[in-house]
Amino acid sequence: MLKIEGLTAEVEGKPILKGIDLTVPTGEVHAVMGPNGSGKSTLAYVLAGREGYAVTGGSVTWDGRDLLALEPEERAAAGLFLAFQYPVELPGVGNATFLRTALNAIRRARGEPELDAMQFLRLARERLRALSMPEEMLKRSVNVGFSGGEKKRNEILQMALLRPRLAVLDETDSGLDIDALRIVADGVNAMRGPDFTALVITHYQRLLDHIVPDRVHVLVDGRIVRSGGPELARELEREGYAALQAQAA
Amino acid sequence: MPAVNETIETVRSVTEGTYKWGFETEIETEFAPKGLNEDIIRFISAKKGEPEWLLEWRLRAFKAWQAMSEPRWAAVRFPPIDYQDAHYYAAPKRRPKSLDEVDPELLKTYAKLGIPLREQEWLAGVATSPDGAPRAPVAVDAVFDSVSVATTFRERLEKEGIIFCSISEAVREHPELVRKYLGSVVPPADNFYAALNSAVFTDGSFVYIPKGVRCPMELSTYFRINAKSTGQFERTLIIAEAGSYVSYLEGCTAPMRDEHQLHAAVVELVAHDEATIKYSTVQNWYPGDAEGRGGIYNFVTKRGACRGARSKISWTQVETGSAITWKYPSCILQGSDSVGEFYSVAITNNFQQADTGTKMIHLGPRTRSTIISKGISAGHGQNTYRGLVRISPKAVGARNFTQCDSLLIGDRCGAHTVPYIENRCMSAKVEHEATTSRIAEDQLFYCRSRGLSEEDAVGLIVNGFCREVLKELPMEFAVEAQKLLQISLEGSVG
Repeated sequence: MLKIEGLTAEVEGKPILKGIDLTVPTGEVHAVMGPNGSGKSTLAYVLAGREGYAVTGGSVTWDGRDLLALEPEERAAAGLFLAFQYPVELPGVGNATFLRTALNAIRRARGEPELDAMQFLRLARERLRALSMPEEMLKRSVNVGFSGGEKKRNEILQMALLRPRLAVLDETDSGLDIDALRIVADGVNAMRGPDFTALVITHYQRLLDHIVPDRVHVLVDGRIVRSGGPELARELEREGYAALQAQAA
Repeated sequence: MPAVNETIETVRSVTEGTYKWGFETEIETEFAPKGLNEDIIRFISAKKGEPEWLLEWRLRAFKAWQAMSEPRWAAVRFPPIDYQDAHYYAAPKRRPKSLDEVDPELLKTYAKLGIPLREQEWLAGVATSPDGAPRAPVAVDAVFDSVSVATTFRERLEKEGIIFCSISEAVREHPELVRKYLGSVVPPADNFYAALNSAVFTDGSFVYIPKGVRCPMELSTYFRINAKSTGQFERTLIIAEAGSYVSYLEGCTAPMRDEHQLHAAVVELVAHDEATIKYSTVQNWYPGDAEGRGGIYNFVTKRGACRGARSKISWTQVETGSAITWKYPSCILQGSDSVGEFYSVAITNNFQQADTGTKMIHLGPRTRSTIISKGISAGHGQNTYRGLVRISPKAVGARNFTQCDSLLIGDRCGAHTVPYIENRCMSAKVEHEATTSRIAEDQLFYCRSRGLSEEDAVGLIVNGFCREVLKELPMEFAVEAQKLLQISLEGSVG
């Protein structure tokens, strides 16, 4: 279970998260929706432990563990995965090398044996096929020269390989055409099960047609202002954030 | 399992912060008395049973050296070197007559360094690459302080007419070749350190590839400095006759000591018509400690002459070691359509200094050169690329492409790029590109969010930065070089 209580955080001295309370029971997928500048990405980065996103109060626990006390790589080893809104380019680093290094780091942390190059390749090919992605993606430098859609699919490929227990997807739908959106959604849905928990962060309801959440939370100005079932997403799509923003202000 | 062990080993050496090649072999050693004078040179020459002409050659070089002074134009700082306060000859007392008689201590030393000297071990697959696969055999000349202690696969190579032996043996057994080529690319009085080397050089490798022969295996020399208060003066000469091909690799390590030791080498390459020489270096001399105490002064002159038409010389270097590196592997592109290449990765961490680059001298028509230099600075390291591209009036249609990229880690290190371009030919085309960057915070975070430690993330990013150069190394060595890059940068972040 992911439990966020009274979480406040600032970036460059400016308060962004102003007291977030959110609980995601294990096995559920929750959506966090909100207008631009409401703190959605900050929440994602705080959960993953990015430098410069300073927690000023509150707590985050994952299965009872204090997530905020862990380094980013320790959070990954604990099962957390952040799908980036803007995946980062690593020039000269082969995608296969990157994926295998990451997978083996996590396997090592879990006390599982590492995969050699051949074992990894077999696994990667299988995951690629499941995501309708060309094998050629393994040979390119990480995200270098990738289109927006390819970058997002590459994030989902990483998730499919690393098999996190807690995924945070930060606007994974932005910049995707409808086919890519379906592939991404299928990738996430394939992971769903009693041991997979996810926080899907999005501006639009569109993604939630494909990844149907158990709960929807609305983030406005650093606070959760409303929570509800999947129907809340459709209501927001219809009526916009304006009314909620006015309320919050 | 070997892959797992390898990883554990790498992680261990990274976290312990040790230079794992820094041990010393206990072995009875014979020294020349300390100091440098004509008698010492006669001593060295006599030890090697050299002919009179070579002794004369050495003495002339010594005279020239005495009239020279250390070059001061490089961006490196070090206190004056007392050239009288070192042994110019040090050799294990027990000298083997054949591979089977090599001192077990030496065998152990080389085994520890990952270099089996027994041919059957290579053939039995004892030598493995980091992923556990047996390696293709590599012929090794093992130079320990001032002498070559073993050279493997000589008989196999002789079948092809290839000569691979120590330079001392070549002087005795192939004097006509040595006399013809020695000093023909790097003249004895070329520069201060080359003159010093010419006077006192001890051992190194000699390679001769006959006309039309493609050398069937990688040739390599492993240089090991072991004795205290010594300098190592390597001399290597590689001759590739018309239409031949050879790939040669050198590696080097030394014990950890508080004193600085001098390694002043001269390497000469000669490529005739349509011959190709690929020369790779993985330089891992002791770099000194985190406070800048100790470490090797690596002051070397390496130069190749593309004498024949369509000949090619390619230098690839991975420079991770040494307290100071002063090194400019160069190509004289004399033959028409000849090709020179220089691929370099140089890392300076802690208090290391490197001033390295190349000279591409275009003499013949349509000669081409490529320079790819990747400099990485961390800690208080200072890293300078210094390169000359000279195009003579007769080098019609010559082309050069140079790319120099610098990567900075931390805020106390420095990167400098000093390109010299002299073009005297209207039809030549010279391009130079340079970049300086830092490892971005978002790159580190991206890797760490995938479970990589900060050290592993830096290693991965740096290896990516160097990929264009590393891919030029022979396959098995590329993997080792990658690990070495990571180990060299330990403690540079956080």
